[in-house]
Amino acid sequence: MYDIAVIGGGVVGCAVARELSRYNASVCVIERQSDVCMGASKANSGIVHAGFDAARGSMKARYNVRGAEMMPELCAFLGVPYMNNGALVVAFSQPERSEIERLFAQGKENGVKGLRIVERDELLLLEPKLSPDAVCALLAETSGIVSPYELTFAMADDAAVNGAQFMLDKRVSGAKRTDKGWQLSVGGDESVECRLVISCAGVHAGEIRELFGADSLKIIPRRGVYYLLDHEEAPAFSHTMFQTPTPMGKGVLVTPTTHGNLLIGPTAEDIENADNTACTNEELQKALLMAKKTYPALSLRTNITNYAGVRAHPEDDDFHIGEISGAEFVLEASGIESPGLSAAPAIGESLAALAAEKLSLTKKSSVLPPVQQKKPFREMNDDERREACKADAEYGAVVCRCETITLAEIRASLRRPVPARTVDAIKRRTRAGMGRCQSGFCLTRVMEAIAEEEGIPLTRVTKQGAGSEIAPEYIGDVLRKEADDGKN
Amino acid sequence: MERIDVLVVGAGPAGLAAAIAAREAGCKSLRVIEREERAGGVLRQCIHNGFGLHRFGEELTGPEYAARDIRKAAELGIEIDVSTTVLSVSNDRVVTVISKSRGLETIACGAIVLAMGCRERPRGALSTPGTRPAGIYTAGNAQKMINLMGLMPGKHAVILGSGDIGLIMARRLTLQGAKVLACVEIMPYSGGLNRNIVQCLQDFDIPLYLSHTITDIRGSERLTGVTMSRVDENRVPIKGTETEFECDTLLLSCGLIPENELTQRAGVELDSATGGARVTDRLETSVSGVFACGNVLHVHDLVDYVSEESAVAGRAAYEYAQGARDFAGRVKVVSGNNVRGAVPQFIDKDSTGDVRIMFRVGKILKRARVLVTEGNNELLSVRKPVLVPGEMVNITLSGEKARSAGEITVSAFGGDE
Repeated sequence: MYDIAVIGGGVVGCAVARELSRYNASVCVIERQSDVCMGASKANSGIVHAGFDAARGSMKARYNVRGAEMMPELCAFLGVPYMNNGALVVAFSQPERSEIERLFAQGKENGVKGLRIVERDELLLLEPKLSPDAVCALLAETSGIVSPYELTFAMADDAAVNGAQFMLDKRVSGAKRTDKGWQLSVGGDESVECRLVISCAGVHAGEIRELFGADSLKIIPRRGVYYLLDHEEAPAFSHTMFQTPTPMGKGVLVTPTTHGNLLIGPTAEDIENADNTACTNEELQKALLMAKKTYPALSLRTNITNYAGVRAHPEDDDFHIGEISGAEFVLEASGIESPGLSAAPAIGESLAALAAEKLSLTKKSSVLPPVQQKKPFREMNDDERREACKADAEYGAVVCRCETITLAEIRASLRRPVPARTVDAIKRRTRAGMGRCQSGFCLTRVMEAIAEEEGIPLTRVTKQGAGSEIAPEYIGDVLRKEADDGKN
Repeated sequence: MERIDVLVVGAGPAGLAAAIAAREAGCKSLRVIEREERAGGVLRQCIHNGFGLHRFGEELTGPEYAARDIRKAAELGIEIDVSTTVLSVSNDRVVTVISKSRGLETIACGAIVLAMGCRERPRGALSTPGTRPAGIYTAGNAQKMINLMGLMPGKHAVILGSGDIGLIMARRLTLQGAKVLACVEIMPYSGGLNRNIVQCLQDFDIPLYLSHTITDIRGSERLTGVTMSRVDENRVPIKGTETEFECDTLLLSCGLIPENELTQRAGVELDSATGGARVTDRLETSVSGVFACGNVLHVHDLVDYVSEESAVAGRAAYEYAQGARDFAGRVKVVSGNNVRGAVPQFIDKDSTGDVRIMFRVGKILKRARVLVTEGNNELLSVRKPVLVPGEMVNITLSGEKARSAGEITVSAFGGDE
């Protein structure tokens, strides 16, 4: 019996769990995938929005502004890469200028500091690679970038260290009201009992509401594709470059990432299946065309990968945070699309406080400090590397050549409070396989590290959970089975 | 800081040949750095035969070919530091390496031979649409899984690209009980050797689709299928030509990229046509005392030529380490009509011997003629029955003629040109 069950281990679920772990309460996070951070939380632009986009008085505006305020300190506390690089929303025509002016006014009303309109000459000095067709731009000095998956993992670890339980590969398929609270079916005969539920289910928020018999909420899956360029050259832009927004969203952006890559995307396409993260040729072409409006000299020569994320777009265009009408002791954070990453810390703070109030929880007198992530090997100087090798010889074994990731770091990711268990989980925690060769070199080495750590055969090592085994059989098995089938 | 005469980066066929040649020329202070647990490079996983015909006059498997050089290196007392990674090479020839056994070391080198080889082009570089499930591997990675780890990557495979490793893997998977449904090549010709098309595809009835590419990838956890489309002359997929394959594995054999990150960070100039350093006939790069050879310089088709080329680099590196010479001027080698990435890009006026020039052609040329000219002056004319982009062309130019020129151009023409 838990006090609170959080459904969904994305950035919002992990932020909620982390805040809940500050209370005297038993907390679990139920995640249907093999790892936390498997949905939109891993496939987004990684922007900490300043807060000028959302309409005044909306939940989006309120949580964005508060979340962005919390973000720098939170990232410093957890050791997560964050940079206050500023953003520019560029107008490419006079009609777009009036939209820029509207955003400027709206931002001021929302309480955003550090906003001003930059004219063409200054703009091109700030960003020399920007298209000369630019007319003016809104500069948002407080806008930043964060590594969204590293933020999620760090919050999950911090929650776990402070007592939250993470249940992975468990899908909530039913909910029954009991005299103590709720009984959640999580596959097979298994169930989880709790006093209160917090749904942070991303694109599946509508289905989760139905399980609790609550009023329905329409979530439209809105897919966007990205290009990720190598960091072999310094990123072409230092600011996050937005185009003037349209009713479908903030448009295609061009931005540096916290690791020095250049990220381009996303497009916006409403789709049927919320789990369909395929990139289509049409959308890839569209993203490229739109990005060239900002960055005419864009070349895909150093493209590392493409991916797509699916936003949980609420039909009414605003976040739903708080109690769900029609279901007692069920809270939610639903319809969390952009600026959801920026808002996540504030959503966590607010929902944890609300849960505490409903269950009369008290704050813990002390909290365990976060697990300090060691400085990445690739960022160390020679002296630090020499010392690191003396302390742990496995720093001397470079596993990923593109990103310079060592066996010591792979090993550490397999032993984090919410540990990596798959090839992709290691990739997102360490960057092994995230470079230009896309794991051509390190894949088999990473597989060996997982097999050794978990004590499983290589054939059971997966890319991203059950059913995604990298190499499901040994070489003799296929022929042997064929021979056996021949006999029968 | 340790000081040595010659440091070789990589103990594949290129690095081994360079080290052996340097030692045979008299180099005593020599180190070879290899990041894998054993020497031999990619040959370790190339268990098929066909290596060594030119060099040894017999057909060897990859491991057999490598073993000959490894044995020779051992006889000569050459030390190979395995499981050791080079972290940086500076333009004043200080190399930083790291290993589990010795930690971080910095080494000042008289000369450096870069022999890091190449890597395979990954899916991201192709921007192929679709999902991102398990089951999509570079051909070389699949080869490593099968031949070195005993793992079967899948049972129903499609191969994208017709590079040699992809062709070899089509046969290897078939022999191991998998069904290879198709080999799909976007160009109107194969990127691999003709003998591999015959022995790896035709002999096993595996269809080769030229001017086709993969336009969709399906499956969430594991690959479940791909869509193939025909492309037009601009390599754009043609709507309405889609064919679907149900498969659990997609192998990529879409080109090799010389692995030049260390090279670039050392400030060495690269050639955009080869992806490797610009070198002289001594195989010296634009950074004095830094040499390059093998697939890190330009992607070869036969290992025999890698060994031959690398021996030149090894000898020249040791010569350099013994004392710098005066700069005597250079002849520029220009890639002309139909010629891609002629190597070397320069000929030193004070080097000796005939000059071997290697290059690839941009399209299939029948009844071909290779011409080396200085202005209107013809220095060499060679006839070849057919030249194909998948095979490296090499010609030998008289050293005397080459070095008396100012700039020479290498061109190739088909019979109808």
